[in-house]
Amino acid sequence: MTRAKSDPDGNLAQVRHVVLVLSGKGGVGKSTITTELALALSHAGKKVGILDVDLCGPSIPRMLSVGRSDVHQCDSGWVPVYTDAQKRLAIMSIGFLLEDPDEAVVWRGPKKTALIGQFVSDVAWGELDVLLIDTPPGTSDEHLAVLENLKKHRVDGAVLVTTPQAVSTGDVRREITFCKKTGVHILGIIENMSGFVCPHCSECSNIFSKGGGEELAKLTGSVFLGSVPLDPLLSSSIEEGKDFTQAFPDSATFSAISSISKTLLNSLRTP
Amino acid sequence: MADVPDNAPEHCPGTASEQAGKSASCQGCPNQVLCASGATKAPDPAIAEIGEKMSTVKHKILVLSGKGGVGKSTFSAHLAHALASDSTKEVALLDVDICGPSIPRIMGLEGEQVHQSGSGWSPVYVDDNLAVMSIGFLLSSPDDAVIWRGPKKNGMIKQFLRDVDWGDLDYLIVDTPPGTSDEHLSIVQYLSSTHVDGAVIITTPQELSLQDVRKEIRFCQKVKLPIIGVVENMSGFVCPKCKNTSQIFPPTTGGAEKMCADLDLPLLGKVPLDPRIARSCDEGKSFLNEVPDSPAAEVYQRIVQRIQDYCSNRVREEQSAT
Repeated sequence: MTRAKSDPDGNLAQVRHVVLVLSGKGGVGKSTITTELALALSHAGKKVGILDVDLCGPSIPRMLSVGRSDVHQCDSGWVPVYTDAQKRLAIMSIGFLLEDPDEAVVWRGPKKTALIGQFVSDVAWGELDVLLIDTPPGTSDEHLAVLENLKKHRVDGAVLVTTPQAVSTGDVRREITFCKKTGVHILGIIENMSGFVCPHCSECSNIFSKGGGEELAKLTGSVFLGSVPLDPLLSSSIEEGKDFTQAFPDSATFSAISSISKTLLNSLRTP
Repeated sequence: MADVPDNAPEHCPGTASEQAGKSASCQGCPNQVLCASGATKAPDPAIAEIGEKMSTVKHKILVLSGKGGVGKSTFSAHLAHALASDSTKEVALLDVDICGPSIPRIMGLEGEQVHQSGSGWSPVYVDDNLAVMSIGFLLSSPDDAVIWRGPKKNGMIKQFLRDVDWGDLDYLIVDTPPGTSDEHLSIVQYLSSTHVDGAVIITTPQELSLQDVRKEIRFCQKVKLPIIGVVENMSGFVCPKCKNTSQIFPPTTGGAEKMCADLDLPLLGKVPLDPRIARSCDEGKSFLNEVPDSPAAEVYQRIVQRIQDYCSNRVREEQSAT
């Protein structure tokens, strides 16, 4: 992209805040939290973008029900896919670039690094209040590639997602070390899948233990942003690509998500 | 690490990659001419060495899933425990999740270190007949992050296979990270001169998980890795108070059952969600010993039996073929 070269900020010039969503562990809900935060922020009147850099397991397109869309080119690069007519929520994911959804992206690091480089510099996001970057688990190629390509642009920080068990918080501790080593500010920790309230008898079962996220925040001196319960309504909304924040505004899960998004927004305002 | 020389620049694509000697970062590297000549792309001699080392291992099983957090490590650990409950069998568990090793904690071995002996690295033993190896044993603190790009991870996996003193084994179980990338390609490549029994694929019931798992199945087909079968984990939750079942992770597209029928794969079993499984893993105990009569433990035992049958059938087929 010639334009990106002449202007160091290129396509990110009009992006106000960049937030990474990280977790050392897989399947803890990084993409779910990214999706719900994006929806909550966009309903709060913000212009939001999601960049999905999970190349081997992209979940964002399905969660926002955008399925197979074509990515178009414009003068300034790739046009992201919008979920709504008002263009409040823009997405870019490798899911949009695959011919067959079952096709495996069997790539080693250097190839992944190259595509992420393009994702960061060549997507024409336009004006955004917040760009959320959803990542795969681990501390490897994808994470280093994102940070390297964002060197010139200010990254506000990272939100870390964990589930309550020790097996998960153990991996997230490593991710915290990654953030410290690479100089990424930690905006806070979110505990997901925290407690399940039986819809039949209202008994709360801590399927994946409890309190791990808060403990981890204390241990590492990070902000605890809140916990999101294990809610079948949330998992089925995510499955079907429905907007949970619109469908169940009275649920405890919704109030947890909206309070997290408010805290996050405030922490972005006062850096 | 063999794949990235010590004197290589930071973005070395790896000496065996397509870009070796040709990428932008190769400019100025002292190895550029050698890499560009293609000599480094010849089969890695380590593959033959690993073949030699693995000749004393009867069965090799990979545990895979495209999706993270579906229970690969939990399953690998319990498969190892169950196989090792027969004291005449020698079992080993290798964790190739380099960035997020969970096996040390699940096996109750946190803080253990690997020892060097004349014949290589000694694995850590849970029991006399159950050996474990993980990068977790090489880290000095639980906060240590392994911030490595692909080639370095591949080097580590090679060392795990070639330089660990595994001894004679009946089963080697390999637990993998999510995805279809460096670790997966490497383990398959490094084991290419040996006989791998096959892969057990783990999924949860939702389509979000299945869509990644289908990719993993494609991967297995691409690299010609036989699939032993699929395990559906976190399949329904029975409330301990009212005994009603809730589908926390709803099988909106028919779950693993439908996927297996579509792709003509055996479904090995469906393991329900049970808070006691997560607790046992956190405490490093075998859930199969803690609550042997629970429905989840019974399903596990049946799955393990099917895997054992598969492995012994394979041996028989091979013997009759020769």
